Amino acid sequence: MLRIGDLGVLLAGAVLVVALTLWAWSGGRGDTVVIRAAGQVVQTAALTHVQSFSVNGPLGTTQIEIEPGRARIAADPSPRQLCVKQGWLTLSGQAALCLPNQVSLEIRGHSPAYDTLGY
Amino acid sequence: MTHLAIELPVTREDRRIARLAALAIGLTLAEAAIPSPVPGVKPGLANIVILLVLLEYGWRAAAWVSALRVLAGGLLLGSLFAPGFWLSAAGALVSLLVLGLARHLPSRHFGPVSLSVLAAFGHIGGQLVLAGLWLLPATALLKLMPVFAAAALIFGAVNGVIVARLLAAPATERRQSSPCTPP
Repeated sequence: MLRIGDLGVLLAGAVLVVALTLWAWSGGRGDTVVIRAAGQVVQTAALTHVQSFSVNGPLGTTQIEIEPGRARIAADPSPRQLCVKQGWLTLSGQAALCLPNQVSLEIRGHSPAYDTLGY
Repeated sequence: MTHLAIELPVTREDRRIARLAALAIGLTLAEAAIPSPVPGVKPGLANIVILLVLLEYGWRAAAWVSALRVLAGGLLLGSLFAPGFWLSAAGALVSLLVLGLARHLPSRHFGPVSLSVLAAFGHIGGQLVLAGLWLLPATALLKLMPVFAAAALIFGAVNGVIVARLLAAPATERRQSSPCTPP
């Protein structure tokens, strides 16, 4: 019942579905990270390879770790450790703020995501 | 009292197209009763009829059956000239154009399953283009495209297998439901 071309068409269709899925549903992945201290951008890095940065704030040093596709605050002197507990950030628009130390980490993607919309 | 009757000459082919269109319309109505998780994802059972008509009687007959199905389906479902009707019409049109091209593929290698899958992609493609241009912002549709494409692949393949099986059935069995033999 199935001829050789039918299999080819089905395969091409499956490839199309997979490609569409990857293309349409991976738009939220971030590819760069922006590090700010006291509101000023101190570092912009691509999420392509393992890196780490140390950023100095009023309280001390914040350690930032970057791995392919994700980034996190590894250590921070802030008392409540909220930004550290956020863990790894992967999606465009995600951000971790270490407030008393005034350091922030923000993931950017090729399509900027909104964090708030006003009408 | 004058008896006025307008007689339109009806050919055998007209009757055949009407009968096949009725079949397609019936399937369209039956399908409308099936609940669907995502609007727009339907098995497309009427495409089985369109494909059979294409393979047995040619593209012109298939275009007639398809147009009649869309029009009468819209009338019966109460969606005539509503957005859903135009989406259906756009899908049917692109699907027919795709079939018009695809039927020239060598039939030794490409059977009904190929035609059905290509037609299903044409169908969803036509609908998405019209919806994107006219009804919805294209960005909202982008996220749904994988769902539509997967549905087109699965239902297209299933319908194609059904068509292949119907064509492979003995001719006498098929003729029972359609006594009119082609000229």
